[in-house]
Amino acid sequence: MMRVWAWGALLFGCMYFALPLIGMTEFSLSMRRGEYSFDAYRVVLADPRFQATFAYSVVMALVTIAFGVLLVVPTAYWVRLKLPKARPWVEFITLLPLVIPAIVVVFGYIRLYNTSSVLPLTGSVMGTNLLLMFGYATLALPYMYRSVDTGLRTIDVATLTEAAQSLGAGWVTILGRVILPNVLASVLSGAFLTFAIVIGEFTMAALLDRPAFGPYMQILGANRAYEPAALAVIAFGITWACMGLIGLVNRFSRHTQAKR
Amino acid sequence: MGFLDLDRLEKSFNETRVVRDFSLSVEKGEFVSFLGPSGCGKTTTLRMIAGFETPTSGAIRIGGQDVVNVKPNRRNIGMVFQSYALFPNLTVAQNVAFGLKVSGAPRDRIAARVDEMLAMIGLPDLGGRYPFQLSGGQQQRVALARALAPAPQVLLLDEPLSALDAQIRVSLRSEIRAIQQKLGITTIYVTHDQEEALSMSDRIVVMHKGIADQVGTPSEIYNSPATRFVASFIGTLNQVDAVVEDPANGTVEVGGQRLVLGRALGRARGARVALAVRPQALRIGAPGPGEVGLSARVVETQFLGAVQRIVVDLGGAPLSLDAFNRAGAHLPQTGSQVTLSAAAEDVLVLVD
Repeated sequence: MMRVWAWGALLFGCMYFALPLIGMTEFSLSMRRGEYSFDAYRVVLADPRFQATFAYSVVMALVTIAFGVLLVVPTAYWVRLKLPKARPWVEFITLLPLVIPAIVVVFGYIRLYNTSSVLPLTGSVMGTNLLLMFGYATLALPYMYRSVDTGLRTIDVATLTEAAQSLGAGWVTILGRVILPNVLASVLSGAFLTFAIVIGEFTMAALLDRPAFGPYMQILGANRAYEPAALAVIAFGITWACMGLIGLVNRFSRHTQAKR
Repeated sequence: MGFLDLDRLEKSFNETRVVRDFSLSVEKGEFVSFLGPSGCGKTTTLRMIAGFETPTSGAIRIGGQDVVNVKPNRRNIGMVFQSYALFPNLTVAQNVAFGLKVSGAPRDRIAARVDEMLAMIGLPDLGGRYPFQLSGGQQQRVALARALAPAPQVLLLDEPLSALDAQIRVSLRSEIRAIQQKLGITTIYVTHDQEEALSMSDRIVVMHKGIADQVGTPSEIYNSPATRFVASFIGTLNQVDAVVEDPANGTVEVGGQRLVLGRALGRARGARVALAVRPQALRIGAPGPGEVGLSARVVETQFLGAVQRIVVDLGGAPLSLDAFNRAGAHLPQTGSQVTLSAAAEDVLVLVD
């Protein structure tokens, strides 16, 4: 009897998640009356605005990842090596973006960096892009920090550092040749999560008025019927591809296969 | 002045003085072990030489140059860790090449040196393997090759064999010693294993509570322990309390019996001292010339394979003596009274 209920609960759970997705996918394929087709996808993919906004978001995602790695890897490493007592505080700070809504962050940015401020970043396109990148990095911080910190936990940071030092290595060499390669799988997990966040982000891009993929999805959703569904399926596909890549990277990183 | 000089080294962590007034002069090519129980300051001293800890006071000189303010990566010191600390993302060859690459050596010289090092540690074909594909003993050999590849001035080994099983430990310690002698590299070896220290070292520093209790050759440390701690830490040693009766000819009273050691003791009449004697220095039988004898009661006999251990009671203090197990040798009866003999020079008088 218990078994029937368990299966029932599982089935309900699956339907809860799957039905909207199936419905949405089915709807996105129904642009042509009476038969399934990829017309909605064709329209979306051929739209120059799609190409432009998607390319913009991809570039922003890559820049955000690069900035995030350069910020988080040395920080997490240093905290583990020299400031273990500060770890709870640093973890708390990195979790803040989860509880402070993006809209609050972006309003704060606009107040601090508007054209009449000391640092008028919103006064130029490049400055605004930079601001948006910082915003994205903040949003991705909890995920990036956690992944990197988990990666660092699997290696003996202190002893590896000392071994490298005794062989003549300076900090840059230690970070670049010893620490980063050993946490690469974790860094890539963080990178893919960052990518997924940046591609779908709406609030910051919209309020900073940048031509990103999120606002484009919103505009399309407000004006068209089938295309937004196709776009949502594409966005889902990208997120899932990112998740799949995380798994793949973890499986194929050679030197982490063995238990230490 | 030696090649590596430690001059009045002190290290405190907050209120705790971990290393106190530590001075040592190590000659070029010498193999010196720091031996002591955990927490005695031996690893801290090693880490100060490596540059991972800064001394609270004192000087460290390598080749006459004070290195206290030199960063660890500029000291040209090779270090081997207990946990191997091989870089998991690099192959064996890349690990060994690491130090040379950092120093900017030309590629062909690196390749030649890596081959030379791998041949030296007896793993010439494993250059392409990753550390996780090696056994513990192989990993530690690679760690040794990696530390030696850039030709450091001093080699430091921090309990390198502790994580390995007994058999490999024994074979690897003679390998390490052979490599050290072949290269003639000045070496400091930290261990809590007295057998390791005794079998490998030119000199041993026995450390206790941050102080170097005794510095000497293995035979000096073993045969003439300077303090009660060294005596109790190195090997098995019987210790009994005694009272000096005549310091001039070395007469002491022990367990109600009188013992004449035949040498001046340098202690006042009536002073309490500890007498120490190794189990293998004692035998059952009447004393011969140059020997001293005492009467004791047999408490227990133990069969240990190659050795038979007999525990006797001497005025309330237990003493054990070891005899080789020969065919036909018979053990004394428990409870029987026996005469113990030992060469007078083997009976040590210890200070605290």
